[in-house]
Amino acid sequence: MNKDDVDAGRRRFLTTATSVIGGVGAAFALVPFLGAWKPSAKAQAAGAPVEVDISRLDAGAQMTVEWRGKPVWVVRRTDAMIKELNNLTGRLRDPNSEESVQPLDAKNTYRSIKSEYFVAVGICTHLGCVPTYRPDIGGVAADWPGGFYCPCHGSSYDLAGRVYKGVPAPANLEIPPYEYLSDTVLLIGADKGATA
Amino acid sequence: MNTLFTKLLAWVDERMPVTKAWNEHIGQYYAPKNFNFWYFFGSLAMVVLVIQLVSGIWLTMSYNPSAEGAFDSVEFIMRDVDYGWLIRYMHTTGASAFFIVIYLHMFRGLLYGSFQKPRELVWLIGMGIFLVLMAEAFMGYLLPWGQMSFWGAQVIISLFGAIPYVGEALTLWIRGDYNISGATLNRFFALHVIALPLILVGLVFLHIVALHKVGSNNPDGIEIKKLKDVNGKPLDGIPFHPYYSVKDMLGVVVFLIVFAIVMFFMPEMGGFFIEHPNFVPADPLKTPEHIAPVWYFTPYYSVLRAIPDKFLGVVGMGGAVAFLFVLPWLDRSSVRSIRYRGPYYKTALGLFVVSFIVLGYLGSQAPTPIKTLLARIFAAIYFLFFILMPIYTKFDKNKPVPERVT
Repeated sequence: MNKDDVDAGRRRFLTTATSVIGGVGAAFALVPFLGAWKPSAKAQAAGAPVEVDISRLDAGAQMTVEWRGKPVWVVRRTDAMIKELNNLTGRLRDPNSEESVQPLDAKNTYRSIKSEYFVAVGICTHLGCVPTYRPDIGGVAADWPGGFYCPCHGSSYDLAGRVYKGVPAPANLEIPPYEYLSDTVLLIGADKGATA
Repeated sequence: MNTLFTKLLAWVDERMPVTKAWNEHIGQYYAPKNFNFWYFFGSLAMVVLVIQLVSGIWLTMSYNPSAEGAFDSVEFIMRDVDYGWLIRYMHTTGASAFFIVIYLHMFRGLLYGSFQKPRELVWLIGMGIFLVLMAEAFMGYLLPWGQMSFWGAQVIISLFGAIPYVGEALTLWIRGDYNISGATLNRFFALHVIALPLILVGLVFLHIVALHKVGSNNPDGIEIKKLKDVNGKPLDGIPFHPYYSVKDMLGVVVFLIVFAIVMFFMPEMGGFFIEHPNFVPADPLKTPEHIAPVWYFTPYYSVLRAIPDKFLGVVGMGGAVAFLFVLPWLDRSSVRSIRYRGPYYKTALGLFVVSFIVLGYLGSQAPTPIKTLLARIFAAIYFLFFILMPIYTKFDKNKPVPERVT
């Protein structure tokens, strides 16, 4: 072919147009591969709410149930514990839970619907370890008022799951949506109230 | 018989450049004649790669990648499969050996300036290999489905949660479930046995192609291609085969002796190669008292813990690796080798090595106030090595570099 016959501009346009269309097609071909990594229908179904009977929980005791594969704690706080929560504001990073995850009906000092029962996802907001329930006063440090202590990186929370200042965890423990089916039965994961 | 072989080779050569490739990369590949001890580790890394590929393929034959069956299938391999214990210990010892060899290989680069122009791409591809190797090791560690497998993965996947806005959705997507589960295990298995090894082998191939284009550096940091004899062969070069193939063989024999001693007599290495909590099946409701990654990740883990902010901690951890990538552009020195560098670089490199080792030790320990303080100090030294490099390498009092290798 004679070189003079080549329309270089037209050829460049056609090459570019073909490349762009091909590129868009390739990008769309990624969708199923990326989508396949999302939680399957089965995993989502397994994330259904769970009922918890709290009638046999002693004052000051903690129980753990599994919801969506995560540990969820229920702690029955004593009156002394509840009272102490009002004295900690200055030592906490987010005492009013402005930047933490909880349902609206648990967005208060005690971070619970009823101040006696504390329900929280037992996963440290730092890197996902399970903190230990340490109600022993003076146990972790000399001025320890009781709370939750993460063994992985030393984050600590008070008995309302509010994070202390100067630890790596950025936010308070997550409170899952829950409701009281009766005075002694909780439904954890019931997505009734909006979270805030 | 010999003529038959010659004829066969000629037949193949007309169709595929076998002889040409052999000569280019082995038979007539001229390497500097002054390679020393530090030059064993490139070929040793290849040996470990082969050990990992072979033992890994055999492990998949008896392993069950499900949350219900994974832990039991590893015990099944250890107890009921003939030589299963040997193949598994080969793979676990190989994982640690891989990092020992790679760290020494990288240190060689720091010693002799092997990352400097014109070997930037060799270094970058090598860093790519290092990154893939870390991903490979991390995903492989989930597969036995022990306590440390589970919680190690939990911590590392949570790191992505620190990314603003998309973090939480991203961790959900990586796990494929609300928490680490069988879905996570299955995809990590697929990546560990197929995707990442393919990429790894591809990168190793490119690493060598790039190296053979620019030629090997040497302990004197001199370009041997500058001075050539009448035939165009470098005066200070010798063919890779037989000179270095034989030398490397010696390294392989010594390495395999050490490897076998570890594999047979101390495969757990006191909890450093296989951590003790990993003999307990994964329990999503209970974190082990003390979580530490395997030894080869502890320096970066130390950096993560040293910074009391989630997002900045993750940035620091990533930065500790990312700085290595840009090393060729941070170093402004006029010489390559430590032999001719001045006191500044020697001191800086010494401090860097000390901080890497101390951070590694601290990362394996439970945090205490004094240890956290130490981690902060040595993390600062680690980063200053890179940040100040353009300055101290530029003003260093280097020695004159000889014309020929010594």
